[in-house]
Amino acid sequence: MELVCPAGSMPALKAAVDNGADAVYLGFRDGTNARNFPGLNFDLDETRQALDYAHRRGARVFLAINTYPRPSQWDKWCRAADQAAALGVDALILADPGLMDYCARTHPGLRLHLSVQGSATNREAIDFYVRHFGVRRVVLPRVLSLTQVQNVMKRVNAEVEVFGFGSLCVMVEGRCTLSSYVTGESPNSSGVCSPAKAVKWEESAAGRRSRLNGVLIDVYAPEEPAGYPTLCKGRFEVDGHVYYAMEEPTSLNVLDILPEIYRAGVAAIKVEGRQRSPAYVAQVTRTLRAAIDACAADPANFAPRRQWIEQLDNVAEGRCHTLGAYHRPWQ
Amino acid sequence: MKLSLGPIQYFWDRNSVTDFYARVSEAPVDVVYLGETVCSKRRAMRLPDWLEIAERLTAAGKEVVLSTLTLVEAESEVSYMRGIVENGRYPVEANDMAAVGMLEGTAPFIIGPHINVYNGGALEVMARAGARRWVMPMELDRDTLAMLQARRPAGMETEVFVFGRLPLAFSARCFTARAHNLAKDECGFRCGDYPDGMPLRTREGQSFLNLNGIQVQSGETYNLINEIASLRALKVDILRLAPQARGMFDIIDSFRRVLDGGLEAAAAAERLAPHQPAGACDGYWHGAPGMNREHLA
Repeated sequence: MELVCPAGSMPALKAAVDNGADAVYLGFRDGTNARNFPGLNFDLDETRQALDYAHRRGARVFLAINTYPRPSQWDKWCRAADQAAALGVDALILADPGLMDYCARTHPGLRLHLSVQGSATNREAIDFYVRHFGVRRVVLPRVLSLTQVQNVMKRVNAEVEVFGFGSLCVMVEGRCTLSSYVTGESPNSSGVCSPAKAVKWEESAAGRRSRLNGVLIDVYAPEEPAGYPTLCKGRFEVDGHVYYAMEEPTSLNVLDILPEIYRAGVAAIKVEGRQRSPAYVAQVTRTLRAAIDACAADPANFAPRRQWIEQLDNVAEGRCHTLGAYHRPWQ
Repeated sequence: MKLSLGPIQYFWDRNSVTDFYARVSEAPVDVVYLGETVCSKRRAMRLPDWLEIAERLTAAGKEVVLSTLTLVEAESEVSYMRGIVENGRYPVEANDMAAVGMLEGTAPFIIGPHINVYNGGALEVMARAGARRWVMPMELDRDTLAMLQARRPAGMETEVFVFGRLPLAFSARCFTARAHNLAKDECGFRCGDYPDGMPLRTREGQSFLNLNGIQVQSGETYNLINEIASLRALKVDILRLAPQARGMFDIIDSFRRVLDGGLEAAAAAERLAPHQPAGACDGYWHGAPGMNREHLA
């Protein structure tokens, strides 16, 4: 079972490779990828250096072009795929069927992965991408229970990659436009969710308020730690009650069910967080490397060490974790 | 341009559904989409029930389409979908790539709004698979549609969502059950108590979103009544209205009269206002945040 880690920058890439990632994923510095944040990602020359650094150390590099281009953007997205192919990336991570069709025809030798933004949550959907575009690996959205993942694994004819750690999308990826409803920019169309430029913080005697394009996302009492105002993780009022109506700020962590994932035949565990620091990438990669190795050596007796949990919680959103949809009661 | 009625997104009881479509058969809509697209646990209506309604609507001169579930996770959901795909009589609206895969090569089908078709390349892939109509995804704008229309595949019809709360997101989690501190497996079908969903407000009391089971909708009602002329100029074939519990037949009537030239858009907008409890929005169409009012009074 491979460990696939995020690289939002060259230092993060080195942190991932040096700490045991089997593969890293990254994107170009523009809207072609779903982590289009200021100061992140790679230009052509940096991508070349990244490939060189990773390949010399036996790690693979996947490049994400996983937003959905509109007609006005189509040529640019195709050129990005051409450049990635010319650079010799080990796989392209795509979401858009149009772009997948272009790549399958133009670069038939290039390995294609279906991005989590492709929203394939069942075998029949995955089959469509395999049949039409020869997709070799599928990243599953974070909405399936462990049993559902196991069922998909039994009948699928592509490799499966699942999220193992990082911020949690409570919505099925690729089918959420909450962010563009509020800000005009969404993961599908702009590669961002709740973009930083739309965030405004206000201090008042009652506490600190976070707004997204004017919409009040949360109010924090004095002393209460404030999180990034991802709009599905705010506190809102429903039926007279104020609570985290959609999801708490918390991280996904699969250590508790690692042997089940391993035995199901999952090809790779993915870590979320291209927007996070090299220190985060180093810590998470090191911990998950140790956990995956321990699990592979003796799955029957695997138990997550307390030290691993603590190390991961320290860098987790909300400083706590959940099994998310893998654990049925969460749903 | 034709007028369509999208699938009911809320969980209405059997009698309400039957009564609703009895009135629809008399209402001036051309195309009616039937079926459960949000949550597979809602089983008040099973496939034979939908087929019975489909028959009555067909007899009343409506074009009937059967819609499939949007988030498909369980084997049971796949087999239910297979039953819809193999119904042998009515065309099917695919809301997940699983449905597209099943429909491919069997019969012409419709690409629903929850399949991401953002460019001509994707539309071409769908046309080759056998799609004959597509519903534009919610967040796309007029200028994007213009470019897509300029090169749309031969014989492909275009449908645009023009009125209703916008379906913005789907989750494995049920937000209605969560609001009642219930586990999804023991939800007690509380969504049935909210025929137009549960309003979600900010802590300043601003209307924001609407919870409908595993679906999150916009709080505001999307309303493109002021855009009929540009929709027509773009050669859009069908305008979609989303069913809601209150005011639906006034809404249908208003759009119909504007389409037929019997009512000015401004007058229609006034008639629609009472049926938008949290106000209206039209941002997406203008390339702005969806919640914005760009061309609405």
